[in-house]
Amino acid sequence: MENLVYAIILLPLFGFLINGLFGKNLPKMLVGSIATLVVFASFCIAVSLFLNFEADSQPVIVRAFEWFRVNGIQVNFSFQIDQLSLMMIMIITGIGSLIHLYSIGYMSHDKGFYKFFAYLNLFIFSMLLLVMGSNYLILFIGWEGVGLCSYLLIGFWYTNKEYGAAARKAFIMNRIGDLGMIIGILMIAYQTNAVDFLSVAQNSSKFELDSPVIIFITASLFIGAMGKSAQIPLFTWLPDAMAGPTPVSALIHAATMVTAGIYLVVRSNFLFSLAPTTMDGILFIGLLTALVAAFIGLRQNDIKKVLAYSTVSQLGFMFVALGVGAYTTAMFHLMTHAFFKALLFLGAGSVIHAMSGEQDMRFMGGLKSKIKVTHITFLIGTLAISGFPFLSGMISKDEILTNVYGKNPVLWVILFLVATLTAIYMFRMYYLTFHGEFRGTEEQKHHVHESPSNMTIPLIVLAVLSVVGGFINLPHFIGHGNYAKLDQWLNSIYVYDLELPEVNFGTEMILLALTVLMFFTVWFVVKNIYVNKKKMALPDEKYTGWERLSNRKLFLDELNNATFVRFIEGLGVGGNMFDKGVLNRFVDFIGSGAEDSGRAAKRLQNGNVENYVLIMSLAIGIILIVNFILQ
Amino acid sequence: MGEINSFIQTVPLEYFIILSSVLFCLGVLGVLIRKNAIIILGCVELMLNSVNLLLAAFSSYKDDGNGQILVFFIMVVAAAEVAIGLAIIAMIYRNTKSVDISIFNKLRG
Amino acid sequence: MEQIIFFFVAFLAIISAAYFVFARNPLYSILSLIVTFFSIAAMYVLLNAQFLGIVQVIVYAGAIMVLFLYILMMLNLNKGDESKKQNITKFIGVFAAGILLIGILGAFKGLNATTYGTGADSSIGLTKNLGRLLFNEYVLPFELASILILAGIVGAVLIGKKDL
Repeated sequence: MENLVYAIILLPLFGFLINGLFGKNLPKMLVGSIATLVVFASFCIAVSLFLNFEADSQPVIVRAFEWFRVNGIQVNFSFQIDQLSLMMIMIITGIGSLIHLYSIGYMSHDKGFYKFFAYLNLFIFSMLLLVMGSNYLILFIGWEGVGLCSYLLIGFWYTNKEYGAAARKAFIMNRIGDLGMIIGILMIAYQTNAVDFLSVAQNSSKFELDSPVIIFITASLFIGAMGKSAQIPLFTWLPDAMAGPTPVSALIHAATMVTAGIYLVVRSNFLFSLAPTTMDGILFIGLLTALVAAFIGLRQNDIKKVLAYSTVSQLGFMFVALGVGAYTTAMFHLMTHAFFKALLFLGAGSVIHAMSGEQDMRFMGGLKSKIKVTHITFLIGTLAISGFPFLSGMISKDEILTNVYGKNPVLWVILFLVATLTAIYMFRMYYLTFHGEFRGTEEQKHHVHESPSNMTIPLIVLAVLSVVGGFINLPHFIGHGNYAKLDQWLNSIYVYDLELPEVNFGTEMILLALTVLMFFTVWFVVKNIYVNKKKMALPDEKYTGWERLSNRKLFLDELNNATFVRFIEGLGVGGNMFDKGVLNRFVDFIGSGAEDSGRAAKRLQNGNVENYVLIMSLAIGIILIVNFILQ
Repeated sequence: MGEINSFIQTVPLEYFIILSSVLFCLGVLGVLIRKNAIIILGCVELMLNSVNLLLAAFSSYKDDGNGQILVFFIMVVAAAEVAIGLAIIAMIYRNTKSVDISIFNKLRG
Repeated sequence: MEQIIFFFVAFLAIISAAYFVFARNPLYSILSLIVTFFSIAAMYVLLNAQFLGIVQVIVYAGAIMVLFLYILMMLNLNKGDESKKQNITKFIGVFAAGILLIGILGAFKGLNATTYGTGADSSIGLTKNLGRLLFNEYVLPFELASILILAGIVGAVLIGKKDL
């Protein structure tokens, strides 16, 4: 068992080393195959572990070595295998291997082919470290590692300065969140005298409910999650991160890295359950983020930007679920979102590939007959995210909505509005891209072709998962909860009882009916606008009113720039002036002081013997006198 | 002989100390005041002699022979030093046609 | 009686030393230095350091002073008129020497007794006794002194050469 655990985490590292060190000289097929196969092998091992694991098994700790021991706290480098981490491992390696396969086709013309796969493998390694670690410190190592890989991969085409700036932005915003996380971890270590999850869970009972200490700790951890999972105010890096290659967007910014924040909160459920105030804060921020991101997504015209804002919005959904205490629901939505968002991103990549690099939807259209596989899978993804009945997205989203209604019906209304907006912009995107007439150039029209099979196979697999993925956690009213497999699976993770609000069967049915009704209405209306009435998306300058606000991202980037960036730059300028004016002068002063004293001392040596003798005899006389005085 | 032996019984040792100090300081004064190199060398000799006198006086008063041995050796060294010093001064005169020490300031910093 | 002799010889030494320091003419100052050396030799004899007294006359007054005079005459400086020093320099010089004198004489601080000799037979200054001491205990320094003189001779000759 131990060797299997080591194998899971070391295989991607091995792939990184091989590809990174020797990949330049290996043939492309070999590089891609090695990278994909190591991740797929990790997935197979994880599945085998999963099959041997029961829903009520105890967590298995695999200790690699003792890391350090300080002041009574012993920190081991060890891995924890339990239900939660197994679920995450399977998601990461499963979707990861599909994306690796896809990248072989997508990046086949790129000069940095081997580098890309090296970075991807390093990312998988870091993410596995994050979810498999048994204490907060190893989690943090993985946390930082995925931040680094995100930077490397976003700025992969480094010769373009804007891409580099986007990568920097991502890294710096992550870092701001990391500060909160570090403070949280330190506080945990200080208060509970341990950093590994099992010990902290045991010691967590000494915290009073809603005491300032626990609120501080959980708020700090949440700030870390905010940075990583792109919540307000630290979310503007994610749309800019679309500068990276599309497989990167699919893997990192849809399926794995941005879910690290959710994982952190679920893993620390024993802390968050004790701080209802923080949970309310999480709820509020998640709701706000979901709303703002959905609003901005309405009028974006780059196909990847729409998906980016959609990701931010869906992450907001997950945090709302966390905020009401429905951890399992959040994990469920994390999983289904991974499926359909990765599908959508890969599909978008396929469209971009077919359009020879064009990303603006206003120049697409009418592609449905030209790239059939991509079209079908993309449609499935759109339907999933918008809430087509019985697809995975609908089931998980509905569960969130139900739980929120149980907390507060007003919140349900807002979240329902967000779901409506989601459907609107997703369908808008779909119709602009695939329906209507082709609006691109002639040359692009000739080039449109279906992607090779190593790109379409992942699309098909993900489409299937998006359809059936919801059935692992059917709502309780079906089969009396016997089919809520995920609930049963993750139940032993939670230390304190989850006090989820109860919603009676009738209300739940009404809510469900409303959601389905909304879905079909939106589909019908949007299809009418964009296909029948052939409404066109305007060029950027012609937007007015709320459309302008939406298109210009609510001017949030400009706000950030005007306040924080100017402030820091001002500090820098001030520091520069201080350095030049004060410190330089000080150093020069010392230097000239030495020089001047030397010049003064030079006058003693004038070569006159008489002077020398005079000073000598004076000195001797004075020494003698002083000697006698002192006696 | 008997009378001379009583010299050390009647003259206190402090008189010799004072005499020696005065001679020494006269030598120092000469070095500071005079500009002729030969005279300065002579003042150094004067200083050495004052020390010799003091050593001999102490040796006589304390009946210790080591003082007079030291005087002997000081005289030897002084003689050698004068020889070489005067040779140097002669060379300096040959080069610069003067023995005024105020012009010997080539070692200025 | 002895004190009178002592004071006479002492004053002779001091006055001739003073003239040596302050005289204008270098020749006169060298001559007064000879008188100083003779008075010091007289002191030695008074102290019953006979060997030293003789050696003083022979070496100092005889050899060293003759050397001085020789150099003086050869360089034709006997009519020397050296340029005046600034008054301030002289003042500082006197001040320095004065400070030195006070410092040295500070040895008398705290002294109230005068020291007399023990009155024993101070025959240590006799040549025979001194020679015995010199050649028994101080043989090595004696030989080294001879090498020193050799070095001095060689050095003086080398310095005086026209071309090396």
